[in-house]
Amino acid sequence: MTTHLIEVHELNKVYPAGDTRVVAIDHMDFFIDDGEFVTIMGQSGSGKSTLLSVMGAMNRPTKGRVMVDSLDLYGLTTEQRADFRSEYMGFIFQSFQLVPYLTVFENVMLPMAVTGRKKREKNDMAMGVIDRVGLSDKAHRLPDQLSGGEQERVAIARAIVNRPPIILADEPTGNLDSETAKEIMALLQGLNREGHTIIMVTHNPEMEAHAGRTIRMKDGRILHPRIAA
Amino acid sequence: MKLYNISMGNIRRRKAKMIFLALGLIIGISTVVTLLAITETMTLQIEERLDKFGANIVMVPKTENLSLNYGGIDVGGVSYELREFDQASLGKIHTIKNAKNLGVVAPKILGAAEAGGKKVLLMGVVFEKELALKTWWHKKGAFPETGDQVLLGASVASVLDQAPGKRLTIGGRPFTVAGVLMPTGGAEDNAVIAEMSAAQALLGKPGKVSMVEIAAFCRGCPISELTLQIAEKFPDARVTAMKQAVMSKMQSIEMFKSFSLGVSALVIGIGALLVMVTMMGSVNERTREIGIFRAIGFRQTHVMQIILLEALVLGIFGGIAGFILGNLAAWGIIPMVIENGGFAGINYKLGGISLLMAAALSLLASLYPALKAGRMDPSDALRVL
Repeated sequence: MTTHLIEVHELNKVYPAGDTRVVAIDHMDFFIDDGEFVTIMGQSGSGKSTLLSVMGAMNRPTKGRVMVDSLDLYGLTTEQRADFRSEYMGFIFQSFQLVPYLTVFENVMLPMAVTGRKKREKNDMAMGVIDRVGLSDKAHRLPDQLSGGEQERVAIARAIVNRPPIILADEPTGNLDSETAKEIMALLQGLNREGHTIIMVTHNPEMEAHAGRTIRMKDGRILHPRIAA
Repeated sequence: MKLYNISMGNIRRRKAKMIFLALGLIIGISTVVTLLAITETMTLQIEERLDKFGANIVMVPKTENLSLNYGGIDVGGVSYELREFDQASLGKIHTIKNAKNLGVVAPKILGAAEAGGKKVLLMGVVFEKELALKTWWHKKGAFPETGDQVLLGASVASVLDQAPGKRLTIGGRPFTVAGVLMPTGGAEDNAVIAEMSAAQALLGKPGKVSMVEIAAFCRGCPISELTLQIAEKFPDARVTAMKQAVMSKMQSIEMFKSFSLGVSALVIGIGALLVMVTMMGSVNERTREIGIFRAIGFRQTHVMQIILLEALVLGIFGGIAGFILGNLAAWGIIPMVIENGGFAGINYKLGGISLLMAAALSLLASLYPALKAGRMDPSDALRVL
């Protein structure tokens, strides 16, 4: 039996909404292999962001399991899941989500604040990824002194600084012009070539071309599940 | 990058809000410090006054007779059975357990003598001790320096038509009036005060004393216990503590202290509430930021540490600033509310307590907001994933 990096089994997520219930994910089954670049596409409200948060060990499903490296994410305690996110996952959020009072360097250092690495090692790692995303000369600037594309690069640097095997990106190009978006996608492709598994949520069909595989969603379900799997 | 960098960064970014938060602590701590400093000054001042007030313990020979004197008026013409102590035995007073609390021990011999053709009250004293005890005595002329000089009470001087420098014959022996006391309203107004040995000789009671006035330093001294200790050494003596005045004044201070503590507790409570509300507001404002922390792998305890570190820094700042402000306020207010009162000085022990109290208060008031922040679900907090 083949073991996949991420396995999603019978996943179901229901949100209570007053007297009714909203089914965000409806019985999903799929897997993602190590080193893949997968896009999750769908219209707004199709459940793709919920799926990303569930896969990112941040949102407990109503039913079903998410296995990462044979580890049942929701069999872990809250604090264990935090440790898991720190070690295994890098997040690139919609709208960058940088901490406004920290410099580029400090924002990138943030995920390492709770790791046991030595100061020098942390500094080297942070400067390494800042250099990688081309912002060495802006390391001590605050986020509001950067352009949108530069802020996205900082978000990417922060996501990869701990060298996580999996990168989850939620609409990473949503707030960028097409040229900058292409640059960001090239950066993500580069990371994928280096071995990072990338799962990217987007509703932009142009971005699909950069990925190896696409999972299309509609109303919490996978369209064409056999193709997706 | 450590967690405290995040806390300090947030404090720097939200200066206005953090100053407002610290203000709650500063006002609370400075109020406590001011009130306690005022109370401390009042206590010290009263204690100093009591120390200067003179005798607070009187030792007289035991007698079965009751005094028939009220307000200086004798009734019934009772003849008193006068008894005395041996002056040589008085050294035993300094062997009591609390001897270090004893200030001045002033013996006296009392008796009637004839002066200027009139019967007068003759009081023999050791001037050095007596003047140390009766700091409020003011005189015309000088205090006696030799055994042939006397000091006259204001009434006696008036009746005998005496003044400093004049000669006065007492019991057939010539004396010079060295000085005349200004009226005191006390028994000394009617007395001719002579050196102890001279008075003992005139009264025919060599080596005897009629009473002993003792000044014990009051600050922290157990007057009642001192009285008992002296009475144990002198079984034939009646030792009385003149503590009514002390007690009533101390009771007033105690009441003010209770009031101060009550006000302090109220102000501190309001300060704590202010800290809690502001911290809650800060946590709510930072929901998204906390969501990021949690999403990138911060544990609940890490988020709590960030919030509590901020509270600790503000608590320490509030404690120091409150202590300084409280002392400044006390320095300014005390001369206005206490007559002849001066600021008693900085109490560093109170400073330490203020600092600890402010830090503890700030931490305690921030505990619930920190718990709330720690328990935030990252996906709920971000609302974007």
